[in-house]
Amino acid sequence: MISRRRFLQAGATGTLTVLGASRLLASEKLAAADQTAVLVDLTRCIGCRACENACRVRAGFDGLPSASIGYGPGDGQLTFRTRTFIEPVNCGGKHNQPIKRQCMHCLEPACVSVCPVAALEKTKTGPVVYHEHLCIGCRYCILACPFNVPKYEWDNALMPRVGKCDFCADRQAKGQSPACVAACPTGSLKSGKRAALLQEAKSRLSALPKRYAALYGEDVVGGTTWLYLTDTNPLELGFPKGLPSSPLPRLTWEAIAKLPFVVIGVGLILSVIVRWRTRKQPCTT
Amino acid sequence: MHDLSWLVLVFRIFGVLVMVGAAVFVCWLLSGRKFPEQLSGATFGWLLLVLLWALGGWAFASRYALGLGAVTNLSDQFPWGIWKALVLCGISFAAGGFLTACMVYIFRIRAFYPILRPVVLAAYLGYMLSASGSLLVDLGRYHQIWRPIFFWQHHSVLFEVSWCVMLYTGVLSVEFAPILLDKLRWHRLANIVHKITVPFVICGVILSTLHQSSLGSLFLIVPNKLLPLWYTPLLPVLFFISAIVSGFAMAIFVSALSFWTFKRPLEPRVLTSLGKGMTPLLLVYLFLRIVDLTVRNAWIYIFENPLQGAMFTIEMLLLTLPLFVVLRTKWSGRRRWAFAAAIPVLIGVILNRLNVAWIGLLPSTGANYFPSWIEIVVVLNLVSFGVVIFGLAARYLPLFEHHDPDAHHSPAPTSAPSHGAASHPA
Repeated sequence: MISRRRFLQAGATGTLTVLGASRLLASEKLAAADQTAVLVDLTRCIGCRACENACRVRAGFDGLPSASIGYGPGDGQLTFRTRTFIEPVNCGGKHNQPIKRQCMHCLEPACVSVCPVAALEKTKTGPVVYHEHLCIGCRYCILACPFNVPKYEWDNALMPRVGKCDFCADRQAKGQSPACVAACPTGSLKSGKRAALLQEAKSRLSALPKRYAALYGEDVVGGTTWLYLTDTNPLELGFPKGLPSSPLPRLTWEAIAKLPFVVIGVGLILSVIVRWRTRKQPCTT
Repeated sequence: MHDLSWLVLVFRIFGVLVMVGAAVFVCWLLSGRKFPEQLSGATFGWLLLVLLWALGGWAFASRYALGLGAVTNLSDQFPWGIWKALVLCGISFAAGGFLTACMVYIFRIRAFYPILRPVVLAAYLGYMLSASGSLLVDLGRYHQIWRPIFFWQHHSVLFEVSWCVMLYTGVLSVEFAPILLDKLRWHRLANIVHKITVPFVICGVILSTLHQSSLGSLFLIVPNKLLPLWYTPLLPVLFFISAIVSGFAMAIFVSALSFWTFKRPLEPRVLTSLGKGMTPLLLVYLFLRIVDLTVRNAWIYIFENPLQGAMFTIEMLLLTLPLFVVLRTKWSGRRRWAFAAAIPVLIGVILNRLNVAWIGLLPSTGANYFPSWIEIVVVLNLVSFGVVIFGLAARYLPLFEHHDPDAHHSPAPTSAPSHGAASHPA
């Protein structure tokens, strides 16, 4: 049922695109200001990893071993099973700053734009979710993500999946906050509407200019719904260098949008040449 | 959990046996079905093929039994490896097919009629093996490869590529059909195919233009990951032009090798005019590359990253080499020179694709990717499938028959015999 509806919907969209109408799907989404967002105040994070534990339990994996402080094998990085974790970043030898890593849920996600079968979806309210049953395993999302978030189930021979934070879309639909936010004991994580959180972040920044250095996520790659308040330059905290402030999908869309002109132009030119050449040397058939 | 490693072993042995059997069978067919007697002539070649396919059987069985993680060196840091690079190389070489078809059916240049069939076949094999074949091992869910037909996502370059490849494979089937239909003597069907060929060729040129450039657009989304030596907004344009250049080179390579191997006469003019077509485009390509690198101020990256700098330099040198051949010979009619100009172009374009899909991505991702032996064996196997099928077609199908789009299946030869008619096999 779903697949048939998707098929018809997709067919209609595809046809319209060729005719020049683009971004049909984009209009269905909430404006950036109204999307669900999370503000991560890194100065309040104590690195307790309660968020990490809550995420694992909610995703159906084993939680962290009790009273664990160190990282076991496979911990300490995003993997298929670890959709969020606390990374201790040694910035400038100053201190070990704990940084929460997870999907940034971009406003215009590269992963969604590159997926050839729409297995990744930017939902109406903000979360970027993965539809396992649509995936063909091309791993373009893993390559395209500017924050290196999607991870692959490499050891699955038949039906490997992509693993990434889905912003607890199911909990959000029930009006609950994401599991990691609910688990945070210090108020380092706060969820809400993006516009409200941006405003709050900026007021914190201006109220305590010595405590805070920067707000990350407002405009990087067109803006993310996960926003970070940091006490250091974000690029020193392991956020990727060299990212533009415009959305990455626009880079490819500029090329794709020229498609109809190429079709019509090349078609016309070749047809003219065929007429011209066959008139000079008439066909015998 | 039961230990299933014995089952994997059985599957691997089964794979090896099947592939060795296939290799022996193919050797028998290729030797004109006189296998034991005529073996002595090229024993080394046959043994190499059997060995390669035996390894291939093991490799394919391992990949399907154990999954990508166990047999490749791919990782979350480096999700695309040389199997994807093979897609890029194979499709770019296959541009020879649409070029030759365009020159024959649309521009009606008679000199190229005799090489149409071999080059189109090579392009067909390039698509089938490098695109479909490679994706069937590379996709995590290879059994879902059909999905882009029904699930559309028009913002994805990969979606566009997959549709273009599917449609263009259909176009190549129509262009290839006369060879089979001639063999089967289905003349009525051949006439129908003949009538629809020109529109199909036009579609083929459009589709090729689209997806040759799209292969470059694939990497537009990683401005922070691909080294500026290769990342540029011009990627689609550069991929398109270099695909045409490599298409010319591939047409020279395939026609020269196949006509020489199977001892058919080939007019030297054919190769030299292909070379003449290739050179100006190569100049345009190099000019664009140099201007682009200068404007973006990207030359410094040659010195910042030793490996990437070296690979870039080799790539550019290989692509410049043919120009010296031209300067020296001025295409004085020696087909050997055209062949000599084509080889560095082919290697240069392979290097370019490898650099974009592999080498240029290494510094930013921090990955240390080098393909595993299974990845390499799979690539060699897919290429060898192409060579073997081409050899079989050359032996059993009318591959070198003169193909004339103006007078199909009419016994009387058309006028202007001075052009290319010398290659008509006796």
